[in-house]
Amino acid sequence: MKAAKTVAYPVAAQSRSRGMESRTNQERLARTAAYLIITLVAVAYVFPLYWMIVTALKTDVEIFRVPPSLLPENPQWLNFPLSTTYIPFWQYMWNTMVISALTILGVVVSSAFIAYGFARVRWPGRNLVFMVYLSTIMLPAQVTLIPLYIVFRQFGWVGTILPLVVPAFFGNALYVFLLRQFFMTIPNELTDAARIDGASELGIFSRIMLPLLKPALATVALFTFVATYRDFLGPLIYLTDQSQWTISLGLQMFKNMYGAQWQLMMAAATITMIPTVVLFFLTQRTFIEGIALTGIKG
Amino acid sequence: MATAATSRRRSGWTRSQWQSLLTGLAFISPAILGVLFFAAWPIVQSFYYSFTYYTILQPPYFIALDNYRDLFSDRIFAIAVRNTLYMVLIGLPVHLVFDFLMALLLNMRIRGLSIYRTIFYLPSITPVVASVIVWLWLFNGQYGVLNEIIGWFGVQPIGWLTDPRYTKPSLIFMGLWFGGNTILIYLAGLRDVPISLLEAAELDGANALRKTWHVTLPMVSPVIFYTLIINVIGYFQYFTEAWVLTATRDGAAGGPLNSMLFYAMYLYQTAFQQFKMGYASAQAWVLFLIVLIATVIVFRTSGWVYYRSEE
Repeated sequence: MKAAKTVAYPVAAQSRSRGMESRTNQERLARTAAYLIITLVAVAYVFPLYWMIVTALKTDVEIFRVPPSLLPENPQWLNFPLSTTYIPFWQYMWNTMVISALTILGVVVSSAFIAYGFARVRWPGRNLVFMVYLSTIMLPAQVTLIPLYIVFRQFGWVGTILPLVVPAFFGNALYVFLLRQFFMTIPNELTDAARIDGASELGIFSRIMLPLLKPALATVALFTFVATYRDFLGPLIYLTDQSQWTISLGLQMFKNMYGAQWQLMMAAATITMIPTVVLFFLTQRTFIEGIALTGIKG
Repeated sequence: MATAATSRRRSGWTRSQWQSLLTGLAFISPAILGVLFFAAWPIVQSFYYSFTYYTILQPPYFIALDNYRDLFSDRIFAIAVRNTLYMVLIGLPVHLVFDFLMALLLNMRIRGLSIYRTIFYLPSITPVVASVIVWLWLFNGQYGVLNEIIGWFGVQPIGWLTDPRYTKPSLIFMGLWFGGNTILIYLAGLRDVPISLLEAAELDGANALRKTWHVTLPMVSPVIFYTLIINVIGYFQYFTEAWVLTATRDGAAGGPLNSMLFYAMYLYQTAFQQFKMGYASAQAWVLFLIVLIATVIVFRTSGWVYYRSEE
């Protein structure tokens, strides 16, 4: 409480009545300034997305006009379907969805199991093991990258989605942490009663705990989807066969091959962003609460 | 140790203790396998590779410390290290301070919070490659809208991604756009500051600045500490943004004069374009040690973090 004490005593009773009035004025001023700054930054934040869509609707001549036009002269809606023909766009989208779905399945199931073992089963050495496990979050991916690549290559897995998907089935320490927090909020009476009735630990886990944990599992599934959908390095290393590429790799190729077709690249980028944006609007609360949880306990 | 000794004297654990240990281990068995196979073993293995010449096609050939010695005379490696430190020492503080200021403003009980929150968060969930391609267009020297905008204020066009003096500041500028996740973490932390404490400080005559400095900051310091640790580790691995911005059709990357070549990019090139697995493993281990030291430094200097439970 060091910090609170330092503010406790600069006695201010001296000017309270006079101070109050100027304070509300001050506060109004501060509030206005806050609105101004926040709105300015928000406009700057939206601008790249606005510019992406505006560019996507221009012709290949209009994009190079100086000064640029703020709205497309004659909106080229066909740019959107056209952009998906330059690369096998929907094939890449499908590949991405398959990888995402399998990764979500693996992460959710395994992390729930692991979290239960750390939160609800009392065993000697549990906390120490948990701390060690949690510390693996801090391991830079580069350190394990090369040996894993070499061993996956020996398995014949390079050029398949397996190196991206299989590790998901061995849990994710961050999500184990998150789920463990949830498990610990569930009262013991609930599980003790079932134990007395002779339920097995697996039965308690699947019949009592998992249903209660649905919102948390949804959070983990969402975060995993976004992470997989955005991933670039993993697919770049392992998906050597073009027919297996994810949409991120496809966009990168689009950029390298047709770099001057800005209107089509912006159209493709827009379509790529749609799934995550729609998902966010549908599940905003889950997202926001999930982020709060990851940050609260360091 | 003590419990083990006492229990041995009592002729071992009870049956139910054994049972709960086995049940616990069964539940966490995916984690044990995962850590062994995806973390512990690769760390050891890459340590071994770092002392070898290894191209995958032929078996590793032991060359002792040659890889490490080569690192010291590798001028491109030195550039990559310098660029990465630039990002960690300048980019990271700029980003975290910006994110915190935004969170403070959002926390002023303003109207339309959910709209602002959405706006700030969207870039954090859109695919990085798509976002970076948009920025590539914004940064375009000839037709890019950023040069147009600064032109309104009488500033000469800038070679955002072509002039080595500006490339890293451009990356940091672009990085401000990806701050949404941290902003929301800070906002959640700020929401957790007990109002009673703030009111008490107010009654004692503290103004907004003093309240923020003496009450809010200490109360959210664990959250700041968390984001600092996570981001220090993350910024040392800075890859995708710079890679997508600078990669060319023939696989080169790093931008003009390698001014956007970062540690993880050079490591990727060494391992997966030149297939020098031994040399890349030495780089990986040096990165591991750098990150470890940086993390220890952050932990050691964490005297400013205030934990409520210590009351």
